[in-house]
Amino acid sequence: MNWDYLLSLFMGGLTRGSIYALIALGYTMVYGIISLINFAHGEIYMIGAFTALIVIGVLTLAGWNGMAILLIAAAAAVVYAAAYGWTMERIAYRPLRRAPRLSALISAIGMSLFLQNYVRMAQTANFLPFPNLIPDFACLKPVAHIVRASEIVIYAVTALVMLLLTLLVKFTRMGKAMRATAQDREMAMLSGVDVDQVISLTFIIGSAIAAIGGVLIASHVGQINFYIGFLAGIKAFVAAVLGGIGSMPGAVLGGLVLGWTESFFTGYVSSDYEDVFAFLFLVGILIFRPSGLLGRKQTEKV
Amino acid sequence: MDPKEEIKKSFIAAIWFMFLTFPIMVVRVDTIEHTVTWRWERLIWVGAAFFLLSFIWRRLLDRKLTGPSATDTAPAHAAPRWKHLTADSRLKRPALAAAALFFLAVPLLFSWNKTILVTNALIYVVIALGLNIVVGLAGQLVLGYVAFFAVGAYGYALLNLHYAVGFWSALPIGAALAALFGLLLGFPVLRLRGDYLAIVTLGFGEIIRIVLENWNELSFGPSGIDNIPPPDFFGLILNLRQTHIAIYYLMVVLTLLTILVVSRLQHSRIGRSWEALREDETAAQAMGIDTTRAKLSAFALGACWAGMGGVVFAAKQKFINPGNFTIWESILVLCIVVLGGMGSITGVVLAALVLVILPEALRVFADYRWLVFGAMLVLVMVFRPEGLVRARRRVYAFEPTESDKTEGP
Repeated sequence: MNWDYLLSLFMGGLTRGSIYALIALGYTMVYGIISLINFAHGEIYMIGAFTALIVIGVLTLAGWNGMAILLIAAAAAVVYAAAYGWTMERIAYRPLRRAPRLSALISAIGMSLFLQNYVRMAQTANFLPFPNLIPDFACLKPVAHIVRASEIVIYAVTALVMLLLTLLVKFTRMGKAMRATAQDREMAMLSGVDVDQVISLTFIIGSAIAAIGGVLIASHVGQINFYIGFLAGIKAFVAAVLGGIGSMPGAVLGGLVLGWTESFFTGYVSSDYEDVFAFLFLVGILIFRPSGLLGRKQTEKV
Repeated sequence: MDPKEEIKKSFIAAIWFMFLTFPIMVVRVDTIEHTVTWRWERLIWVGAAFFLLSFIWRRLLDRKLTGPSATDTAPAHAAPRWKHLTADSRLKRPALAAAALFFLAVPLLFSWNKTILVTNALIYVVIALGLNIVVGLAGQLVLGYVAFFAVGAYGYALLNLHYAVGFWSALPIGAALAALFGLLLGFPVLRLRGDYLAIVTLGFGEIIRIVLENWNELSFGPSGIDNIPPPDFFGLILNLRQTHIAIYYLMVVLTLLTILVVSRLQHSRIGRSWEALREDETAAQAMGIDTTRAKLSAFALGACWAGMGGVVFAAKQKFINPGNFTIWESILVLCIVVLGGMGSITGVVLAALVLVILPEALRVFADYRWLVFGAMLVLVMVFRPEGLVRARRRVYAFEPTESDKTEGP
């Protein structure tokens, strides 16, 4: 048994899982509040990565370097992703709030298609190299074949984002309003919660978190194109369902479990069928445990 | 409304979108050459476009909020004039006859590569009518519909390669295979609703494509299958051009058959149970509809058209590979069904012709095709969820007979 290999697969799985978790949080939050799968969520993640790349390019040309660029780029990515998320909700979902769920879903697919091709037309269809701006820490030298510095940063940032999000949802007034809306939208309205504002905020927070994921993984992998959001979005959705859609700890757990299983599967079995595996996983969960690992069982009311 | 207020709103929208699209539209970074191109003129275009669009958007949204009662509750004669055209059977017959004549004359009127294009469009008409059963009538959002198309195409190609099965026997076999796959997909997803179903079926489509790409022993991987024979027409020896014209007429016949069968199905007992399923699954169940049967039959009967389309596609192309069966095909077919009007046969036929032929006819449009399709899906859902041609439910009127009248109290 090669322990180093096993450990590197474990770390690789943790990296994937963290990114899935960051994207899955957005899915699960939006689903929890308006019961809509935001198909275009993966595109927001992609737009975040593109915005960061553009800012990095401009700043590098202006003579900046190092971590400062990455921080500014990440900040810009977060702001823009949030702005896109907010606008998307206003255009494609708000007018459909009372429409059948199928309508909102088709609208979401349209939005996803639109954003992908908007980036393709305005930028490029080719892969763009994304500079790795996270310096290699000297203390990581001995374990360099197992874990990279950018991965350590991914773990740390993911943990921090989750902590902040938990604090926000558990202890602030806005968080309380969000939980109330998720439980019962009409009742929340009656108790004076501005539901429109809560929904907008959910999109903003979810999009911002996805953008963080986008920047992190782009600088880890080293290249992006307009299509990265599609597969990442679907996998993150699988993660959200696995954890129990609507549950935030579930999204994180689901992301990690999916990341690890994928990593071990590709490491030990086959990498050709990597994506098939994620989909089969989804079908399996939906058949045997439709409410997910941490989700509550939903009974249908008429 | 106050014009000043309107202009202010549009101005804010324009500024917002200029901000929003600024990095992606204006800046173009080349990370290898380390150059940055600024395309400021685009910012002005975006601003101007969104200033105008914002007016239109609010106007349409207002109309939607106040308007729909006029078309929904008023009787048919209040509908716009063009609706009379579709409703009036005296005009319908000549219109249909003209369309039939036109389609019969296509190979005479146009060059043969334009004829191939129309053949393509007709293939899409057939598979879109199949998806229309699943999405439009039964209300099950299936995003992996291309898988059934692939099953038909690969079914013919492989059966022909290994067992020398001819086109005419492959046609029903392809349909049956696709229907079988429809059932295969249907069983595990029976309990899923709307959104889950969409993702699982999307996954199903991708699985089929990835398997075709990687299972070299079965499908010859990404290099695909070459030299698929065209159909044999009564033993005639045809050159390439005549073969394409023959395939065109075959497609015309197949399209007519599809329209006939689907419209009969729609008004049959099973068709009505699909529509009930779409409107409200729980209520349908309460009314004694076997929802399991309705769903599975929708999957199977929807899939078989894609399988048939796939067989013709393989015979027409002579060469297929997994690249023909990407998720984009599924989305294109979904666009056709949504734009045409879910459940409306006329609408779906028109939309298929428009969406397939237009991008080919106008090359400028081809580049923007997917951008436009994406925007279209959103706009159709927001402003006209019923699509171009609203599907009309057949009305069953009760006409009292003589005996009813006399036996009354």
